[in-house]
Amino acid sequence: MSNLTTGAKMLLECLAREGVDCFFGYPGGVTLPLYDAIYDHHIRHVLVRHEENACFAAEGYARSTGKVGVCCATSGPGATNLVTGLVDAMMDSIPIVALTGQVTSKLIGSDAFQEADTFGITRSCTKHNYLVKRLEDLPQVVHEAFYIAASGRPGPVLVDIPKDVFQAQGHYVPVTSIHLPGYKVFTEGHAGQIRRAAQVMLEAERPFIYAGGGIIAGNASAELRELAEIADAPVVTTLMGLGGLPSNHPNFVSMPGMHGSYAANMGMTHCDVLIALGVRFDDRVTGRLAAFAPHAKVIHVDIDPAEIGKNRAADIPIVGDVKRVLAKLTQTLTELRGAGLQACEGPPGPSAASLLACPSPSHQAWWSQIHAWQAEHPLVPVTSDSEIKPQHLMMEIDRLSAGEAIVCSDVGQHQMWAAQLIRFNGPRLWINSGGLGAMGFGLPSAIGAQFARPDKLVFALVGDGGFQMSIPELSTIASHGLPIKIVVMNNGYLGMVRQWQELFYNNRMSSVELDCFPDAEKLAGAYGFKGRTIDKPWELASALEEAVREPGPYLLNVKVSPYENVYPMVPAGGAIDEMVLAPPQPVAVPK
Amino acid sequence: MLLIISLLVENKPGALMRITGLLSARAYNIESLTVARTLDPELSRMTIVVDVDSTLRQQVIKQMNKLVNVLQAVDLTESPAVRREMVLVRVRTAQETRTAVLKEAEIFGARVVDSSTEGFALEATGDPEKLDEFVDVMRSYGEIETTRSGVVAVSLEAKKLRLQPPVLTEAR
Repeated sequence: MSNLTTGAKMLLECLAREGVDCFFGYPGGVTLPLYDAIYDHHIRHVLVRHEENACFAAEGYARSTGKVGVCCATSGPGATNLVTGLVDAMMDSIPIVALTGQVTSKLIGSDAFQEADTFGITRSCTKHNYLVKRLEDLPQVVHEAFYIAASGRPGPVLVDIPKDVFQAQGHYVPVTSIHLPGYKVFTEGHAGQIRRAAQVMLEAERPFIYAGGGIIAGNASAELRELAEIADAPVVTTLMGLGGLPSNHPNFVSMPGMHGSYAANMGMTHCDVLIALGVRFDDRVTGRLAAFAPHAKVIHVDIDPAEIGKNRAADIPIVGDVKRVLAKLTQTLTELRGAGLQACEGPPGPSAASLLACPSPSHQAWWSQIHAWQAEHPLVPVTSDSEIKPQHLMMEIDRLSAGEAIVCSDVGQHQMWAAQLIRFNGPRLWINSGGLGAMGFGLPSAIGAQFARPDKLVFALVGDGGFQMSIPELSTIASHGLPIKIVVMNNGYLGMVRQWQELFYNNRMSSVELDCFPDAEKLAGAYGFKGRTIDKPWELASALEEAVREPGPYLLNVKVSPYENVYPMVPAGGAIDEMVLAPPQPVAVPK
Repeated sequence: MLLIISLLVENKPGALMRITGLLSARAYNIESLTVARTLDPELSRMTIVVDVDSTLRQQVIKQMNKLVNVLQAVDLTESPAVRREMVLVRVRTAQETRTAVLKEAEIFGARVVDSSTEGFALEATGDPEKLDEFVDVMRSYGEIETTRSGVVAVSLEAKKLRLQPPVLTEAR
């Protein structure tokens, strides 16, 4: 009976075996046995100040490393507070394991104190979830949860554990294998389809690569780069895919979609072959679907078969891990092109392969068209001598980051300007709530990212709205001395909502003014670190430098011009080539 | 349109909720749903009839196949399959029409499962349209009460299940 142990200790043993080094949580009544076991365990528990932020921090950890992020909450309110974070992780396919306490098994269903039907509530906001009723099932369930979270299309998995299961004693038997007969993971793409795709790419006159979050989740940046170079194709990366191709790469165009660049959206609209990699044809990218890439044959690679044909029918669907598919696709392209080269040296023939093998005039024309679009309406940062323009702020952050810092963004105008103007040299540097657009994400995700990557400069780039949703976490940052640079783009409004009210609701600004913002120096000071407010453009560079130089946390409140809007903009329901490029132009009323 | 989905599902708590939740999240109305154990007690067979926009049929099947507890979801709407439903009908009938009721029941292949001075309880199986007619006919004889099972279906095509082999935890 020497190895008799409790459920709580078993759980921690399983976490350790999964390589968890730290997790984020908030204790409560039913997780007391777990927290007692944590007290003398080597895994680090980070006490946050709200459960929602525990989930966001776990996401920041997962997004910046690719490892599974773990968060923990008690039953009832603790578990329900996780919901926003779980939906966020679900929308952006982020691997998370959420552990929740549940009331003692006997009390389940009795409306006990702090009881909620966590299993039922989180069904639709997780990739899978469990309610553990017996101690002997616990290790198996925990390892299954990690496997499901990280494999295939990643996502959040929740494990609900009643208090008596934490307390029960049993013998720990290590889990050796996982058998999930109904869980299908598709890895290798269909060889015939990959060959067809390569053929179509060879014949393309105006190829265009549309790469998304799947490139980041699938660690396929190197493969994307190789494909882009071999196929000689322009690349746009979505909001979720930024960093998938380095921003300074010659093939990189920019972000497409509602606030994408002119060149990106025109490229999408006029290409003849669209190579869609790990994307889901989100409405914010495609605009009006019927007018999206109307001339293009679509090659769609995704690990999730349900994404294929969901919004846009694919001419060549390939279900598989984008990393492996791209490696094979590049190889096939090279082979076909080799054959084409030989054809070129021989008697001249109109074979498809030879078109690409010789310096292709059609590609050259396509590239000059792309460059012309870029020159026509570049993403120019607006600056002013009297006030700080938001774009100016982004350019200064970009200068200090030089493509290397982790930028955790909140949601709204600042997120879009950052996505347009800040460069990222690699994946997992740009961290934001893409699909769900959850305000209050930026600051807590920066906590997770900084714990995961203590070596990195981490910016929490937030608006004055989202920041005020996250203020409690200043305490977590202070308590751990995390050197996060909190930059508040403060325009005194819920800017994105105000922008829409201005453009589509006759400028009737209803409940969007944030007229009271705390004094940053005093606020940061109250938590024991440095803060400052600036509003003059000439202060910006030195203030940011000072923040970055500071060894600890820093809160920089940057007052920017209040009425700046994000452009280009595709009005909701519009086609992406019908962008509004600048403020004075009239705007169609959305349907 | 009405979509007939046959699912092979792990017999686990919450499995039914995941499947119905997927449909209700898209505001699809379930016409009928049957679940019972298969030869393997760890697995259940489910037949769902649901009203789905015809352009979204494939998407619904794909989303169901993504559920961890679902081994296989197939669309039987147009593929070779046998579809059957059962109805239990209590019909209250006067002495003089009893023989007529029995005759009608015979035409529909229904069996008498209970008989009393008040009337009969009848059991009939068939495709849903035939049962509709049967119920209509019985209603003409007097007050009735019915319980229908919902459609059960079996595919007539042999399809191999694509199952994942166990994953070794050390290997990860």
